Amino acid sequence: MENELKLVAGALVTLGVATAALVVLPYIQVRDIKPPDDLKPYTSAELRGRDVYISEGCMYCHSQQPRDRSMGPDAIRGWGRPSVPGDYYYDRPHLLGSMRTGPDLFNIGARQPSSDWHLGHLYQPRAYVPGSTMPAYPYLFTLEDEPADGDQVVNLPPDFAPPGKFVVATPRALDLVRYLQGLDHTYPILPAVPAPQD
Amino acid sequence: MDSAVISLLGAFLLSIIGLFVFIWSMRKGLLTENPRAASVIFAEGEIGRLDDPAMGETDLATAPSSADEGELLNRIASDRSSAFPVFMFIAFACFWLLVGSAAGLVASIKLHSPDWLVNDAWLTFGRIRTEHLNAVTYGWASNASLAVILWLLPRLLRTRLVGAIWIMLGGTFLNAGIAAGVGAIASGWTDGMEFLEIPWQIAIFIFAGFALIILPVLLTLARRNVDHLYVSVWYMVAALLWISVLFLVAKLPGVHTGVQQATTNWWYGHNALGLWFTPVSVGAVYYFLPKIIGRPIVSYNLSLLGFWTLAFFYGQVGGHHLIGGPVPGWLVTLSIVQSVMMIIPVVAFAINQGGTLYGHVRFVRYSPTLRFMVVGGLMYILSSLQGSIEALRSVNAVTHFTHYTVAHAHLGMYAFVTMVLFGAIYFMMPRVLAWEWPYPRLISLHFWLVTVGITIYVVPLTIGGWLQGKAMLDPSTPFMESVLLTLPYLQARSIGGAIMTLGHLVFVGHFFAMALRFGPQRTGAALFWQSATEVSHGK
Repeated sequence: MENELKLVAGALVTLGVATAALVVLPYIQVRDIKPPDDLKPYTSAELRGRDVYISEGCMYCHSQQPRDRSMGPDAIRGWGRPSVPGDYYYDRPHLLGSMRTGPDLFNIGARQPSSDWHLGHLYQPRAYVPGSTMPAYPYLFTLEDEPADGDQVVNLPPDFAPPGKFVVATPRALDLVRYLQGLDHTYPILPAVPAPQD
Repeated sequence: MDSAVISLLGAFLLSIIGLFVFIWSMRKGLLTENPRAASVIFAEGEIGRLDDPAMGETDLATAPSSADEGELLNRIASDRSSAFPVFMFIAFACFWLLVGSAAGLVASIKLHSPDWLVNDAWLTFGRIRTEHLNAVTYGWASNASLAVILWLLPRLLRTRLVGAIWIMLGGTFLNAGIAAGVGAIASGWTDGMEFLEIPWQIAIFIFAGFALIILPVLLTLARRNVDHLYVSVWYMVAALLWISVLFLVAKLPGVHTGVQQATTNWWYGHNALGLWFTPVSVGAVYYFLPKIIGRPIVSYNLSLLGFWTLAFFYGQVGGHHLIGGPVPGWLVTLSIVQSVMMIIPVVAFAINQGGTLYGHVRFVRYSPTLRFMVVGGLMYILSSLQGSIEALRSVNAVTHFTHYTVAHAHLGMYAFVTMVLFGAIYFMMPRVLAWEWPYPRLISLHFWLVTVGITIYVVPLTIGGWLQGKAMLDPSTPFMESVLLTLPYLQARSIGGAIMTLGHLVFVGHFFAMALRFGPQRTGAALFWQSATEVSHGK
């Protein structure tokens, strides 16, 4: 039995060390972190939109983690300051992402506040960004002959609008856009330095 | 105390500990070679004979006459005890391989043709890519890995598989969970973390499946009839324990949050490869390679060193997926250091593979299994060394967030793991079904299709990913440049993927032809050239 015990115990100890380092210690280290003062919890519409973002798998092409200038020109591209753990206080699941097939979206709400732009871009990305490889999401919209009251009609460039039809955003598209508009982490993370006294 | 003093003190303590470990290993005789332990996979008198996949009941007549018949009969009894579950897992694996290949090909084409198939939500890139990942990692690779483990353990332990019926129940749970999970992802229900998308409610079935498989395996281990546990047993039993703990901890609902969830995510994500698929595949190479060429591995102790260093270092590398991210700096540094330390187990493996093959490379021309195993083993060395370099901050700054990483992942999961699994299946199936592969030329066709396919996949995508990273790092280049310049490489990837998919159709078709008893039943082994028996036995 000696070998079996060595095998099982050794396997579990080595995994235990790895788990302590990569799961438990980070848990202890970040559990007491408070959210920055200016970070607001998600609204219910934003949370629904976040669920759409997750369902459609946006995080497989878009990161949400601007890096320090020593790692890349993220700030120069207008993606924002390097993010800190507190920025993710309300994030469950995390959406840090691992690819930049498209740009970082951590501050897309600050870069692109217009809901018209977002809706049109979701319907047909190439109407707004020539050469974009982002998928179009026509299934988040309906085509109507005559929009009803309260319908959010999407204004598209003439070349991309379906002839004789109105493109109407579904509630899922509207929620997603609210989430994207809410992605704004441009607030300062350090308290303002008091003015020097003299 | 400043950090320089602490690191000097740390280095001093480490070297003292290292010295003691060295003295201890001298006393235990670990530095002298141990050919007896390396030979436990052979029956008496079997060394020096080419075996692929030759030693079944049906063709006992062609077995080398000097092999101990009692031992061979024992081995046949071992194979019999695992035949049903092994067949079940391979059949499921083949199904998921086709599903996953189709999904992967669609996802690949979508990256350069973004207006293709956009009207159905389940076909959108973000979902079909994830269906591909889950179908191939859990469906194909995990089922095939389980088949290899369940088939090898009774052989290596010279005993019978205990509780095959419970293992098959576990396999049913597992595959029901995978099917439900892939369906959930297609419908938009996901937990949203890479490699952990299957909703935790469904993951309960997968975990229950693993538990039902592990318990009989541990009972089988306890009833062994050998004194010595061969190195493959260490790799495979440990891998089973690791994946179940990994999966359980990572899927615990409501525990992980914020950036800690990200570190847990990548602790799991990299360990799924490092502590599950890698040890199973390395364990398989350590069995099949020496078994086929009839020569014990050259350095048995080195293989054990490889096991323990892999167990220790590989578990901690996950943080290199978050270099530059909002996670504690010490964690990233730790992961980079351990990623580089992975060179030790890889070099141990490389010495063994090269040394054992030395002078026997010509068998690669004849033996299908050996051909897949040798390519898989070489790609393990290549992909792991590439991974160690890729973890360095300066290199990672370029490759992070690019298709370079995707190419690297496929070098590991496909060119290494999947090739080894193909080879193992070619060896195992004739023993499982007591029927030879009906059309040996299809094995050769399969080999060349997937080898050419993965080359066309990995090489261009690696170059394209590197250029993409360079463009992203240059502040004067607009971001769109980094997107547009990848297009030709992404198209090449689709071509490579299509060729690989074609290879999979050949493979699965051949599998079904064999299962349905098509083709001539030959009594000899499925070697590429029939003259091979003369090559190995005639001298």
